[in-house]
This record gives sequence, structure tokens and C-alpha cells, in this order.
Amino acid sequence: MDFNDTPEEAAFRAKARTWLDANAETMKPGDFSAGPLDERDDPASIQSAKKWQQKKADDGWACLTWPKEYGGQGATSIQNVIWNQEEARYKTPPNIYGIGLGMCGPTIMTHGTDAQRERWLPEMRMGQKVWCQLFSEPSAGSDLAGLRSTAVRDGDDWVINGQKIWTTGAQFCDWGILVVRSDATVAKHSGLTYFVVDMHSPGIEVRPITQINGGQGFNEVFFTDVRIPDAQRLSEIGNGWAVAITTLMNERASIGGGGGSSVHELIELARGIEVDGQSALEQSSVREKIATFYTRTKGLKLTGYRTLSAISQGKTPGPESSLGKLVGGRLTQEMAAFAMDLQGPAGALNDPSQLPQAAEWQDRYLSIPGLRIAGGTDEILRNIISERVLGLPPEARADKGIAFKDIPTGPPSN
Amino acid sequence: MNFDFSDDQKFLQQTARDYLAEHSPLSVCREVLETDKPYADDLWKGAAEMGWQGAVIPEEYGGAGFGHLELAMIAEEIGRALAPIPFSSSVYFATEAILQAGSEAQKKKYLPALAAGTTIGTFALTEKTGQNDIENVQAKVSDGKLSGTKFPVADGDVANFAVVAAQGDGGLSLYLVDLEGEGVQRESVTSFDPSRSMARIEFDGAPADLLGEAGQGASLASHLLDRAAALMAFEQLGSAQACFDITKEFTTGRYAFGRPVASFQAIKHRLADMWCEIELARSNAYYGAWALSNEEDELNVAACIARIQAGDALEQVSVEMVQMHGGVGYTWEYDCHLFYRRAKLLGAVLGSSAQWKDKLVDRIEAGEPS
Repeated sequence: MDFNDTPEEAAFRAKARTWLDANAETMKPGDFSAGPLDERDDPASIQSAKKWQQKKADDGWACLTWPKEYGGQGATSIQNVIWNQEEARYKTPPNIYGIGLGMCGPTIMTHGTDAQRERWLPEMRMGQKVWCQLFSEPSAGSDLAGLRSTAVRDGDDWVINGQKIWTTGAQFCDWGILVVRSDATVAKHSGLTYFVVDMHSPGIEVRPITQINGGQGFNEVFFTDVRIPDAQRLSEIGNGWAVAITTLMNERASIGGGGGSSVHELIELARGIEVDGQSALEQSSVREKIATFYTRTKGLKLTGYRTLSAISQGKTPGPESSLGKLVGGRLTQEMAAFAMDLQGPAGALNDPSQLPQAAEWQDRYLSIPGLRIAGGTDEILRNIISERVLGLPPEARADKGIAFKDIPTGPPSN
Repeated sequence: MNFDFSDDQKFLQQTARDYLAEHSPLSVCREVLETDKPYADDLWKGAAEMGWQGAVIPEEYGGAGFGHLELAMIAEEIGRALAPIPFSSSVYFATEAILQAGSEAQKKKYLPALAAGTTIGTFALTEKTGQNDIENVQAKVSDGKLSGTKFPVADGDVANFAVVAAQGDGGLSLYLVDLEGEGVQRESVTSFDPSRSMARIEFDGAPADLLGEAGQGASLASHLLDRAAALMAFEQLGSAQACFDITKEFTTGRYAFGRPVASFQAIKHRLADMWCEIELARSNAYYGAWALSNEEDELNVAACIARIQAGDALEQVSVEMVQMHGGVGYTWEYDCHLFYRRAKLLGAVLGSSAQWKDKLVDRIEAGEPS
């Protein structure tokens, strides 16, 4: 058992640090890194993100874990973690490539043809093109396979109609991965087909959704007779669900790994707040909470290390990585709520100029409900853990073994 | 990064699991709980033959000469089996105390017998109802004689000697005291988990042999509690895992409304949450074991988080175990109460979760390890 870098890992870390020192500014105490669902549609930050990605790609620091044949570095997962740890110490633009590099890329590698890989992976890696994910629909969120947007074959093209929702970054994306229903007469999981769609195609309309934190990270995307060449179909007709699962497993792997929110910021906050002539950090109720948060934050981090150790032993991380997002989401929400409580009546404010730590906890409290829903709600994650990790019997279902078109969609009409 | 136990360590764990499956099924725990037997003496002897009591005792003193990672693996299995033996008192406390602070003569006197299981040791710190209070120990040693009360003392009725915290000439110090000698009166007190025994001990002029330097008792005791907490976390983890496994099996096999109880989200989602808590406990326990086996300074934080998460997880799953079993979970006949009791006992003997949380914040403030 050994936490320390091996000599090879230490050398890699030093190399990463040298490059980062030369190309970025280190984070100072009080700087907060951008959260995964921050508003990112500001053109200047998109441009700076593209420049940063290009710079990394030019110098061999992009797509570390991608195989070399796809322009990656063939780096180990451990090296990738070391890179992420080091990069997180620097002020960098918001990461607009998580979906593309983390989810779309691996899906194309797994299910794409050589021509498709050749076409999309290099430009994705260089950051020239930004990707989004078009999966959820107004009536198909947790029950994703219940999606209703249609694909109808027309010559060498497919014609897409319907609506997608919760599409992160659709307003500035160039490509999207899309799952649609190509056959409603078979069981629901069997009638889906997976495509790559050019987001600049005629018939696509993107409408931003305003979130409870005021941000507009998500969109509705409407498809009206949008044509997609068959060459942009990934895997066979009707195999869309299997491809989507590949994407989703990569999504949970990239959204997970919780424990990012720092308990040290909370300790700083408590230390600076005076109650009855002493620091709030002296109050036993405050201490108990902070100790609990610390214990769980550390537990998440250490659980990540166990996962990494398994990876380095050649095992593949599976559904158990749902733990990070399930525990981490709630934990961050509880920490934010507690931080606001600590502020007393000032917790009712949301004014960065008037509050310690620039009202960051208020921001988090408003942002975190999104994280607990996106990429698998807490409830879906519990289903995944209980069924796929623990092997518990599945939920009884009313949609099994019947054609999709015959599945009830609402209360029976009298 | 290699945050896992080695194949050899896992093999040792499997050996311990197999041995306990054969020699310490839950019926052994139940027998001690239901009778006047203070502990399972056959199992205690068997464990000594397996080399467990002497796991970290160097071979020159009759031990197996393993490290604390190996001991952690054994502890997890002891917890899984709810083994009714004074292992934690004798191994995590008495043995650790002597290894940490004992003179050569003390090591020669105690360690071989501890390793052989022919002597049982324990640790006597607490004096009254309330939290462990190292600062306010009242027991006193003067002219080498100990007077005062220790209550409660885990396994104090069966131990042959105790490591006792008392005020001496140089301040708080630790002493080795023969519990079978003069000046010692002890009585068993009813334990919340009668598969593990508790005692009240009155000292009145009992000969006390200084352990470690005079006046170093507070830091020694605090360090000992950390070491024991890191190991106890594995017992708690093992118990929690067993609790969980039994509950999972029961709810999968039991049908209600025409389907397995475990297929209802009201149950399966809670099982998922329990699993998460146990996984976090495992991660934190590994961290504690790592810090302990490498004698890292950050043991002071690692022990706290190992202890807090393992204790809280075990309490949660033991409560859920009874609840998810329904009516039979509340019967004496079913084993749920063995876990329900053990969870609270293990959560109490080193001081409550709240006390460890308070300690954790002190230590984070004093300078958090990177």
C-alpha cells in the first residue's frame, strides 16, 4: 500500500507541472475552479477554452488517455489523474470539452467505423469542434429509452423530427451525438438508432433554458425535417441503446469522482465568523458538521484512489463509480446549505461584494441541484448500484415485452 | 499509487475468514451472549495458534512479525464474525502500548505471553460516564501504588493486566498493573453487548509499573487511541459488511406483494445508500491502516476519519438490518440484535463518534496533511 508517486509517476508530474508553469497561472487561495454546469455561452470564454485546448493539443497534453492512433498520448489512467490534479492547481478556462472528449470520443472509438474515427476524432482532439449530447427528451429523462424523436430513412439520408432537452452547450456546439427512434413497432430498447449530427444543419433550432441559478448552460433543441447522411450513423440500425450505454458509462465516469468542493473553504468561512465573541469554528455543532463533511470528502477522494488502484491492476471501473456522484452531489449541497446557515441573516444575501468568499456557497447551493439530476439522477444511480453492483432484483416494469407504440404514456382516459 | 492490500495480505484475510467461518459462526457469539461465559476461550486459543494475537509482535518476542496491514485484515474478519473474544483490548491496546512504550524488560515479560494468548491485556482510561477525558484522569500513583476507579474497562473482568492512565509524579503517565494482584477489586458490569464483557475496577494501592516516560501519559494515551481506532475501524467495517450481506440476502429471498422485498425501491435504494457508506468506510479504513503501518504523522487525522466513517456506517446498517428484517428482526432468535448491539458497543469503547469529530477538527486546524 503506497500513496506516493512511483518514480515514473513523479517524473510525469514534474513534466506536467513544468509545462503548466510555463503556460498558465496558478490558483490563489480564494480562487474557485469552474463547476461542471456553469454558464459557458459567453463567446470570450469559449474562445479562451478553444485556445487552451489547442495549446494542450500542440504540446501533447490533450486527450492523454486516448490511444496514440487517435492522436492521444496512450497515457495511463494514473497519468491522466496526475494531469488533472496538476491542471486543477491552475487558472484555466471552463472545460467545454468534457462531453466531446470524455463521452463522444470514446463512443466513436468503440462503435465507429475507421472512416468515422478518422473524420471526427482529430478535430475533436484539437478543440476546433465542440460536441454536445442529444439524448434526453421532455418525456424521456430517467427513462431515456422512452424517447420519441423519430428517424425515418429517405434514400441515403435519415430525416429527424422531434425535440431534445437539457443539451449542455448546444448553442456553441458543432457536432452532436443523437439517439432517436427508428422503429416504434418493436420493444422500446430495440427500436433506437444512434447518429452524429451536424449542429449547423438546417431544421435545428436551439433555445436556451434558464436555470434556477440564472445560468443558461442547457438548451432545448428542436429538430424539424433535419437530414443526416447514413454515413453518420454509429453502429447498426436498432443498436442505438447499446451505443448510448457506452456513452452513459463514460458520462458517469467523467461527472463522478466527486469531493471536489473543498471543506477547507468551509473551515475558513467558519473561522472568520464570530459567534458570542469567539470563532464559529469553536462551536461544537459547527465542529461536528465540519468533521462529517471532511470525513466524507476524504472518503470520496480515497474511494477514487481505490478505483485508480484497481485500474492500475488492469481492472475496468464499472457501475460502482456511480458512488462518487451520488454521495458527492448530496455532500456538496449539504455543505453549501450549512455554509449559508453559518452566515446567519447574511445567508439570505447573494451579493458577492457583501459576503465572504464572494457568495460562492450561494452559487453552489443554486447550482448543485443540477448536478444531482444531470447524467443520472440520484434515484437512477441508486437503481444502478442496487441492480448492477449489488445484483438486487429489478423493479417491476409495465413496459416490458410490448411494442413501444403500445406503452402507456399517461393515465387511462375514461 | 497502489491503494490496496497485497495478494499475500488478502490471502491471509481469506485464511482468517475461513477459520472463523468454521470456528466462530454466529452461534458462538450467541452462546457467549446468552451464557455467563465472558468470552469464547476455545476461539481465543485457536486464534493464538493462528498467530493473530501476536500478529505485529516481533518474532524475537514470540510473535508472527507481521505488520499492521496484516493485522487490519485479521481485524476485519474478527468484526465480520462478531468473534466474542477480547481481541481489541489485548491486541490493539495492551500489545500496542507495550510495543510503543515498553522497556526491554517489559517487552520480554509481556509480549511472549500476549502473543501466545496466555495473557490478556486491556487499557483502562475512562473513569466515569461521559466522554473519554484524558485531561481529567483522577486515578493516582504514588510510591508505585495505584489508587482510583476505572469504569468502564472493556474486558476488564477477564484481562490479566491493564495499561492504566493515572496521575504520577511527572503528571499523567501510563502504568502496567497486574489485575490479579493485590490492591485490585473488579466486578463485571452488564454489557450492552454481552458477547463482549465490561468491568468496573477499583484500585487501592495496586503495584504500578511505569510504562514509557513519566508525564508522557497524555500523548501516549492519545496516540494509543489513534492506533486502536485505526484497527477498530476494520472490525467495524467487517461487522458492517456482514450486516449488509445478511440483510441483502434476506430481502432478496423474502417475497411480499408477489415479488422480492429487495425489488422495491423503498428497500433497494436504502441498500444502495448503505453500500455507499460501507465503501466510504472501507476507503477511510485503508487510509488509517496505511498511516498506521508506515508510522505516518497524519495517522492523527487518518485514525479519526477511519473511526468516524466506520462507526457511523456500522450504526446505520445495523439499524437498517433490524428494520428491513421486519418483525423477525426484533426477535431474540434472529441474529440482527447481535449486530445491533455490537455496533453500539464498538462505537462506544473508544469514545463516541462526536468526540472523534471534535478531535478531528482540532487536528485539521493544527495543520492538515497534504
